Amino acid sequence: MKKKTKGISYAKWGYMFILPFFLIYFIFSLLPLLDTVRYSFYEYYRSGIKVIGPNFVGLQNYSSLLKSDMIKYGANTLILWLIGFIPQIVIALLLANWFTDVRLKIHKQQFFKVVIYLPNLIMASAFALLFFTLFSTGGPVNSILMSLGMIKKPIDFLGSVFGTRSLIGFMNFLMWFGNTTIMLMSAIMGISPDIFEAAEIDGCNSIKRFFYITLPMIRPILAYTLITSIIGGLQMFDVPQILTNGKGTPDRTSMTLIMFLNNHLKSKNYGMAGALSVYLFIVSAILCFFVYKMTNDNDPDGSKAAAKRERKGRR
Amino acid sequence: MRKKLFSLALVVAMGTTMLAGCGGSDGAKDSSNASGTSGSNAYENVEEGKVINIYSWNDEFRTRLEAVYPEVESTSKDGTVTKLKDGTEIHWIINPNQDGVYQDKLDQALMNQADAATDDKVDIFLSETDYVFKYTDKDADMAVPLKDLGIDPDKDLADQYDFTKTTASDADGVQRGSTWQCCPGLLVYRRDIAKKVFGTDDPTKIADKVKDWDTIKNTASELKAKGYYTFSSYADTFRLYGNSISQSWVKPGETKINVDQKIADWVKDSKEWVDAGYVDSNIKGQFNDDWNKAMGSKSKVFAFLLPAWGIDFVLKPNWDGEEGAWAVTTPPQEYNWGGSYIHAATGTDNPKHAKEIILALTGNKDNLMKISKDYSDFTNTKSGMQEAAKNKKFASKFLGGQNPFEYFAPVAENIKIAPLSAYDQGCVELIQSSFSDYFQNNVTEDKAKKNFETSIKERYPDITEIAWPN
Amino acid sequence: MRKAKFESRFRSILAHFVLCLLSVMCLFFFYILIINATRSHAELQKGFSALPGTSFIKNLLNVANDGSFPMVRGIVNSLIISGCSAALCTYFSALTAYGLYAYDFKAKKVAFTFIMAILVMPTQVTAMGFLRLITNMGLYDTWLPLIIPSIASPAVFYFMYSYMQSSLPLSLVEAARIDGSGEFKTFNRIVLPIMKPAIAVQAIFTFVGSWNNYFVPALVIQSKEKMTVPILIAALRGADYMNFDMGKIYMMITVAIVPIIIIYLLLSKYIIAGVTLGGVKE
Repeated sequence: MKKKTKGISYAKWGYMFILPFFLIYFIFSLLPLLDTVRYSFYEYYRSGIKVIGPNFVGLQNYSSLLKSDMIKYGANTLILWLIGFIPQIVIALLLANWFTDVRLKIHKQQFFKVVIYLPNLIMASAFALLFFTLFSTGGPVNSILMSLGMIKKPIDFLGSVFGTRSLIGFMNFLMWFGNTTIMLMSAIMGISPDIFEAAEIDGCNSIKRFFYITLPMIRPILAYTLITSIIGGLQMFDVPQILTNGKGTPDRTSMTLIMFLNNHLKSKNYGMAGALSVYLFIVSAILCFFVYKMTNDNDPDGSKAAAKRERKGRR
Repeated sequence: MRKKLFSLALVVAMGTTMLAGCGGSDGAKDSSNASGTSGSNAYENVEEGKVINIYSWNDEFRTRLEAVYPEVESTSKDGTVTKLKDGTEIHWIINPNQDGVYQDKLDQALMNQADAATDDKVDIFLSETDYVFKYTDKDADMAVPLKDLGIDPDKDLADQYDFTKTTASDADGVQRGSTWQCCPGLLVYRRDIAKKVFGTDDPTKIADKVKDWDTIKNTASELKAKGYYTFSSYADTFRLYGNSISQSWVKPGETKINVDQKIADWVKDSKEWVDAGYVDSNIKGQFNDDWNKAMGSKSKVFAFLLPAWGIDFVLKPNWDGEEGAWAVTTPPQEYNWGGSYIHAATGTDNPKHAKEIILALTGNKDNLMKISKDYSDFTNTKSGMQEAAKNKKFASKFLGGQNPFEYFAPVAENIKIAPLSAYDQGCVELIQSSFSDYFQNNVTEDKAKKNFETSIKERYPDITEIAWPN
Repeated sequence: MRKAKFESRFRSILAHFVLCLLSVMCLFFFYILIINATRSHAELQKGFSALPGTSFIKNLLNVANDGSFPMVRGIVNSLIISGCSAALCTYFSALTAYGLYAYDFKAKKVAFTFIMAILVMPTQVTAMGFLRLITNMGLYDTWLPLIIPSIASPAVFYFMYSYMQSSLPLSLVEAARIDGSGEFKTFNRIVLPIMKPAIAVQAIFTFVGSWNNYFVPALVIQSKEKMTVPILIAALRGADYMNFDMGKIYMMITVAIVPIIIIYLLLSKYIIAGVTLGGVKE
């Protein structure tokens, strides 16, 4: 990779510098992981103030999870993620394209960027609590809609599957579209201007340019966004948890996998929580593998590095 | 269905460190205490600590204590510390009751009780009727028997309503807690709506209109015709049914939940009421913003079913109209809702204070009458409440000069407490939230049952079976 | 030609319109929040009004004086925890990145691959073991388990590593060595200052991430006086019993998010530039 002058060996310094990271990771992530895996084979929980177990039960936790609604919660998680992700990626692509289109001359670009990124920083739990109060049947949103005469009876947003899921999706969209926009923007700015110029001369209009040049050029970063977003979606917890007070109402249709895990952790059911964690770990590991593939050879077509260099140059 | 090897390990080695200094039993493990039937006055010689930690779920107990416990000097502005005259500090540890949060935190603290520093030990904790059983359990031995504190329930608490004493006792009849309140419930209604719909707001006439479930159904359709809801939420009537179950949710030593016929009746009737539009289907459960708003002057809700604390603590703060707009009358069925029990925690280093506080708040008629007068609580003194029912001084301005005790007292005397189990709170909470979806037409009844089964098993992993009435 | 001009004009208007719409969407909720935080419970019961009320100070005092939801305490706690996490995380990530970037050693490739492999592993999957571990270590209900693990943050490491690749020439390190500077000193005196922009950006992100973190603190923290803001917010959602004052609820939410908004507005330029630098979402 890099050529180094031979001579004194500095290797021990390398080990020393990376030691804290690995030590902490080992203690606080790897050991807990092993512990989690171990207890997934046990019956081990607390009933009130009595502790039951640990008794070895083999794969029983795993099979009873498969028989439970775990798959359904997985599907819920996927649906909730999609409801948020699809508009997020569409809007983000559109905005990123506009922001980078010099001919559009977007005014107050910085202002818009600041505003659209803002929701990303807001505490998900506070945001969810806010939405819960705003969209309750007697809340401000219904009150506004009624005073505008748009509806006669208050809409029971959180009482219907559609309403609850849409709200969760909408919140995820609001929280992440700004972030994605800015990521995609830098990717687009990394594309060599020559290509665009050539396209211009060939009489390419903006729509064609978007589909035939921009999209293929930013494909790696799109894929990256997709995978990281799936991993983020898999971890979805705060928003549905607070919005539905941990119940995943109605009919447990907004119960996500991590909420399910949280239920077991709360009732101190270590065996079940362990088995569920192992399932989640396997899925995450597969997704991690894809991210690893994408990032390890440090961007296959050089667009990311180019983006970086470009930005540095402009500053 | 599957064979289980229960190794029921009692987690807390009760109070051993604590009692090391007691008597001559230094070094040796104090076995008499671990059995839970320790010799009387085991706590007599304990040296009092400087900090009394009290676990509770709201500031109700604190305000009552401040009102009648003569040792109170002052309370900090944020309500977390109360100073007593002898320099002892009461530290209030408040956690919300909902969703088992309070119990979760309390359990955690009680499990660490043996190892905790004396000033960190739980000294007094409160429990509600819904889960008092879990803490008075003899084997768990979390709450000190009153006798061990030097309180003789038969003598010192003789004027209490008997059902409250039964509720606070373990399976052997040893009383391990005591309450200052007794929570008979009434029907509270809006006078203006009554006048508009029935032409009268006279409590006896209204009582006649709501005297049993069949009559009240007719009344409900009258109200509906004029655009009013009888009650706010399907959950409002739950206590009336839930209080008259004939068997406990979980029988001692079993891991099966028995859903009582009465609960099934509640489901059936509530569905009918929601479908008929007698209750507001937009209000899901209780203690939420929509429910609170239903108590405001703009609401179309005619009545609520509330005990004394409900009127004082819930209805009053949410009512934004003039005083005197509400009135009480006899409900369709006698019921009890709530009741906060005071327990001294096993291992406490403040047994003397605990004794004093329990006696001052639950065994002193003058104090109880004062609480009744100042906070309109229905307190745990039989003779006192009978006097209050006849005493004009107990009339309530909020109820337009009506004396609520006149209605509460007879209800209280007829209360038969439903058989309890340690799982009650989870069952009561989850059955309501699971069937909420059914009432809103989101799921079928069978699906709601299944959802209840799923969530109750998540909450209590040891539950293996749920039996529904046919 | 005219048609093209018209078209681009139309697109420009459309773009501005959509942008304004999205901005309104982002800001609308905060507007309601702040308006409602200024109104009393009784006013809120009557329905929504677009104009602010007069109970701002009263609500604020109610929040400040509520012992069962110690918001002020929570904010201080969150500030301490997030601050420490940000400091530890950025320093050690830079250190680790430097160790792998500037030195050649046998395990280098393995170490790098390992970190990249766990880049986006969710913390939730180890939550159960984590909880048991810290209980056994006696760290249950303390802040340490919320702060210390931030030393091992693969994403921040990756960011630092990429930044070093683009802006830290190894010749600089060599030069320092020739001057007789010790390795550790070189890192602190020479490398860290060069890394400043990257550290600043990541410090902000780590701070915000830790400030908003709910899952782990909710499992670890028991006592009221140690609670962070998100736990208090969640407790508020569950504490229906106490929800008699909606004005206070709105004020609590306001108080919970305002510090972050202020920090954000002050540093927005760096934050937005920083989002893309490492290209890794939290």
